[in-house]
Amino acid sequence: MGEITKENCKGVWIVAEQRKNEYHKVTFELLGKGREIADTLKEELCAVIMGENIKAMAQELIKYGADKVYIIDHSRLKDYNDELYAEALSELAKQYKPSVMITGATAVGRSYFARVSIKLEAGLTADCTGFEVDPETRNLYQIRPAFGGNLMAKIVTPDKRPQMATARYKVFKPLAKDEARKGEIIEAKFPVDTYKTSSQMLEFIEEVETTINLSEADIIVSGGRGIGGADNFKIIRDLAEAIQGAVGASRAAVDSGWIPYSHQVGQTGKTVSPKLYIACGISGAIQHLAGMSSSDIIVAINKDPEAPIFSVAKYGIVGDVFEVIPALIKKIKGA
Amino acid sequence: MDIVVCVKQVPDTTNIKVDPETGTLKRETAGTILNPFDLYAIEEGLKIKEKLGGKVTVITMGPPMAKEILKTAIGMGVDEAVLISDRRVAGSDTWATSYVLSKAIQKLGFNVVLFGKQAIDGDTAQVGPSTAEFLNIPCITWVKKIREISDKEMVAEMMMEDGVDVIKVSLPVAITVVKDINSPRLESLKGKMRAKKYEPATWTLDDIGGEELKSGLKGSPTRVKQTWSPQRDFGHAEIFQGETDEKVAKLYDKIKAIGFIK
Repeated sequence: MGEITKENCKGVWIVAEQRKNEYHKVTFELLGKGREIADTLKEELCAVIMGENIKAMAQELIKYGADKVYIIDHSRLKDYNDELYAEALSELAKQYKPSVMITGATAVGRSYFARVSIKLEAGLTADCTGFEVDPETRNLYQIRPAFGGNLMAKIVTPDKRPQMATARYKVFKPLAKDEARKGEIIEAKFPVDTYKTSSQMLEFIEEVETTINLSEADIIVSGGRGIGGADNFKIIRDLAEAIQGAVGASRAAVDSGWIPYSHQVGQTGKTVSPKLYIACGISGAIQHLAGMSSSDIIVAINKDPEAPIFSVAKYGIVGDVFEVIPALIKKIKGA
Repeated sequence: MDIVVCVKQVPDTTNIKVDPETGTLKRETAGTILNPFDLYAIEEGLKIKEKLGGKVTVITMGPPMAKEILKTAIGMGVDEAVLISDRRVAGSDTWATSYVLSKAIQKLGFNVVLFGKQAIDGDTAQVGPSTAEFLNIPCITWVKKIREISDKEMVAEMMMEDGVDVIKVSLPVAITVVKDINSPRLESLKGKMRAKKYEPATWTLDDIGGEELKSGLKGSPTRVKQTWSPQRDFGHAEIFQGETDEKVAKLYDKIKAIGFIK
């Protein structure tokens, strides 16, 4: 136990995220990128999982690329708790001393990883979209957007270890699952019973308004100022339903009270990268683009041909959303 | 109740100027504002005070010009404002910033510490939970609603990707808030009058008992190696022409061809 230094650290760690004993998919994506980093550094790729009754889940992480899996299985880790998760992970890191530690930039990951970085006196880079290893120094360059996507920054942690980062969902690609892959599973025992926390989770309430989780969705239909009112948002919902997508919104639509904040896409809302993003009546303010411009295919429907949304779109229709969308729904349903 | 709200002065523009020498942002060249998310934290702090009594103090770390945003907070009705200004805290990353803030918060005394969910310049969302760790208190992040609060405990809703976690916590606690939580009040006339004459306390690293080696650039584990403007190389959109039905049919064919329509 003790300080983690450049001399004594080794191993690239991907910290898995699970809720209700199901993995968040960012875990597999990060194992894919982690494999590449570990191979470049010629170090092991290790996965970490915390929770209750998770032993059966560990093998999955090996199949997606991990050489080793550390598990901390304890009833107090069943639900997310910032203090307990941070303490358990910090203790594990102090014992096995990784050189790199990455988790998903999710609501949970972005919260407790910050605490861990303080405990370990390590640097932490938020919401990364790229990683590169400097061949000379073997330092990990952590690449991230800032200023709502207006600026890209390359961050380095020259001296402190581990090099910690949270990384964005749907940016990195998972490896193909290899059923035959073998690895080592290590169950770490820590006195989690004695860890201090003054909070407890009472309940989880599933979002009622969202039928499909925005950050998970492959297709998102979003409405903006051009939709004009709460009642008009029905056409966005109808199109989303017809194409089996989730409903998103721009800040203008949310601020006008037409749709709840949980649907907001953009710098001040959620960051999404679906396979298809249909922007309806959205001009494309830079803050909105920051949250969706990494979508695979962007379709823009807007009456203003000069709207900046067309600059990121692959396909566009200049026209009245109230004519175009119903026609599109009809076409889809009639198919 | 001792309520502390941490705020930040941020550039008021989407035009970022980068110093070509250092690769750092030239914050001085842009106009500045109070970080928009911090307005929600201030509002929530004021609401807690209205319910339970006590005192709301805003605190920021920055150059002397950061006093401007403290005056905005005074105008909204907070009781006191503190600026931590010291050359030795310049260049702090989230680790060092959180350290310095935590030292100042300890000096003030606290039951509830509030933050906006993130600052619109760095977008890290790390300073809230990091400061809580230094203070050795729990942090509920992405709070969209405080359901209950007393001088002993709080029940808050934490916004997750798929819903909300309802969390009960004993005070003291730190929270970071999303904009769903409230509608921030405007500065009142009375508040503005007070802000005009108000002089925030200015503390140095020595005043808060901070160690130089844990502050500023020296205390920051991370370094900005390089910055650049992203190329949005999406090319030009294919804009479908014709009557509405024609345009829609062309779009339909494209998205069907890619397999989005089952």
